[in-house]
Amino acid sequence: MDNRNPRQSLPGLCLIPREDGIPRALFPQETPETYLAQARILESAGGRFLGLWGAGDPEPRICTAFLLREGLFVLVLPLPKETPSPTFPSLSGFIPAANRFERTVRDLFGFRPEGLEDTRPWVGHDLWAVPPLSLPPGSPVPENPGAGSSDYPFVRVTGPGVHEIPVGPVHAGIIEPGHFRFQVVGEKVLRLEELLGYTHKGVDGLFRNRDIAWGARLAARISGDSTVATSMAYAQAIEQALDFSPAAGVRALRALLLERERIANHLGDLGAIGNDAGLGFALSQFGRLKENLLRKNRQHFGARYLFDQVTPGGVRTSLDDEAISDLLEENGILLEEILALHKIYDDHGGLQDRFQNTGVLLPEVAHRLGLGGVVGRASAQAWDLRADHGGDPYRRFPPALALAHTGDVAARVLVRFLEIQESLSFSRALLEHLPEHSIAESIPDNSGPAEGLGIVEGFRGEVLAWVRLAPHGVIEAAHIQDPSALLWPALEIAVPGNLVADFPLINKSFNLSYSGNDL
Amino acid sequence: MWKLLLKIFQTGILTEKRGRPLSQTHPPGFGKSLAIRHVDAGSCNGCELELWALENPYYALSSGGVKFVASPRHADLLLVTGPVTRAMKEALLRTRDAVPGPRRVLAVGDCACNGGIFRDSYAVHGGVDAVIPVDHHLPGCPPSPDELLEAIHHAFGSSPPSSA
Repeated sequence: MDNRNPRQSLPGLCLIPREDGIPRALFPQETPETYLAQARILESAGGRFLGLWGAGDPEPRICTAFLLREGLFVLVLPLPKETPSPTFPSLSGFIPAANRFERTVRDLFGFRPEGLEDTRPWVGHDLWAVPPLSLPPGSPVPENPGAGSSDYPFVRVTGPGVHEIPVGPVHAGIIEPGHFRFQVVGEKVLRLEELLGYTHKGVDGLFRNRDIAWGARLAARISGDSTVATSMAYAQAIEQALDFSPAAGVRALRALLLERERIANHLGDLGAIGNDAGLGFALSQFGRLKENLLRKNRQHFGARYLFDQVTPGGVRTSLDDEAISDLLEENGILLEEILALHKIYDDHGGLQDRFQNTGVLLPEVAHRLGLGGVVGRASAQAWDLRADHGGDPYRRFPPALALAHTGDVAARVLVRFLEIQESLSFSRALLEHLPEHSIAESIPDNSGPAEGLGIVEGFRGEVLAWVRLAPHGVIEAAHIQDPSALLWPALEIAVPGNLVADFPLINKSFNLSYSGNDL
Repeated sequence: MWKLLLKIFQTGILTEKRGRPLSQTHPPGFGKSLAIRHVDAGSCNGCELELWALENPYYALSSGGVKFVASPRHADLLLVTGPVTRAMKEALLRTRDAVPGPRRVLAVGDCACNGGIFRDSYAVHGGVDAVIPVDHHLPGCPPSPDELLEAIHHAFGSSPPSSA
């Protein structure tokens, strides 16, 4: 590794620019003390904590990701192999967001976060008698006979007139499962606490001992609405591990697919947010635009939701001239429609009344939580991988960053409107300058162990992937991190002070993934 | 406001004609409409996206007498997605028990049919069948809105309902 020091504040950590995306590297730490010290340095240098995950045998370790303007830094703390339930220093003391990640590692691997006072289970729900990922792949995991016998100790508010509303895991609608516990006085929410993990499917365990192609199918199904983003992050990680760089045409098509996913989701969200504020017109209009886009996806890419379109080494479908001109025509029509609907939203007094000052997440709070994505940008956090340093093709047609400052539902709506417009003009540039392309190349083999990282600006925010390969393309361990895990705690802060009846609206304006959080 | 009204006027009616209207089938016990309670038993949310699409103007599910309801007690059909995670088993059982008879159970998506890509995981039961009896299966990852409409028609109009 190159040990030149680009900044005095980051001793021993240096990133090399990459053609295919954000500079990113793993930094093994020798002792828990250096791990803790480096984490503190990265955090105080303005690094945003992006996630923490574990890996079991044969190389037990803790990985912790920080995003800086320079790129992605992942600290790796190897853990002793022979010790059952080894310990690692908790970061929660100075990075509150690390809490749920460290509890997840404790639930799944049995590694003990030293200094973490919160002993409650998280995604594991105390369902298993032993941590499931402490066992070899494929072995049966004994159930905990006492599972479900004790209630999760939510933090409660007491006082005259305070009552509690439990919601979920089954919600009233077509929504993923999760539990919300509200402490309420009158109509006002005093406190919201989430209990997630209901969709925990053991994704990290499933990756073990699989081949790269199977892993790509799993990576596409971490969170269905972000399938392009997770597939792309996974592909980048595999490609970095194998020291392979995809062709310019592949990079351009991937970027185009990612924008189509972003536009489709933003359209769906804008319609649903308007509908939750009582404007059925919004659901119909945005539902129509989204459906039109999905049908074009099926026509030109063979899939409405673009599952399995991005593969390690390439993409599945290419575009001929006829498809390109059809997509350019779609692009122009959609832009006109969006501008018209944006005006209608802005002029609608009833809608703005519900949107403004509802579910406020103050910029300083968003900064303290280290947020990015749509939610972060609506609270003045200027982070967008595409605008910051996306590599090719983002460098050729840099998308502008969409930013709002009020942090309320209105701001999150505005950011989505602006991002669709920016996304459309970026897509137009891609379509007009699509390089000659082969759609896929075979990726090289690896004779020794290899490791790689990937990071992509998905429609919610940064999607992160890490893979460790054993020789000849066998996945030893892998992890994919959806930004939802970082954004869920922010919802707990945005809701108190609002009416219970505004919760669905605020929740929709965040639109977080349960599946991507629970893995 | 006139811009909004103009937009509605310009958009017109987009709903696509397809098949026979649901109300002609008159299956015993369901009258002329069908109420669906959806339970996500741990899906990746891909199937939910297509369930949402059923409500857009092209498919306009509710115009055929079918609606998604908030309470299982109002439902005729339990529509389940996901491989049924260990953590969702209890919630699924309780929701099923709250649906009054005659009722039917429709498993939607590869995961709900057999666990899909997650079937070998320690954390899932591997399909709705493993937890509650299922009347109809609809594979797909995710199934398209057209396939969903057909499956809902089928579940509504054919074969006897599962015992309550």
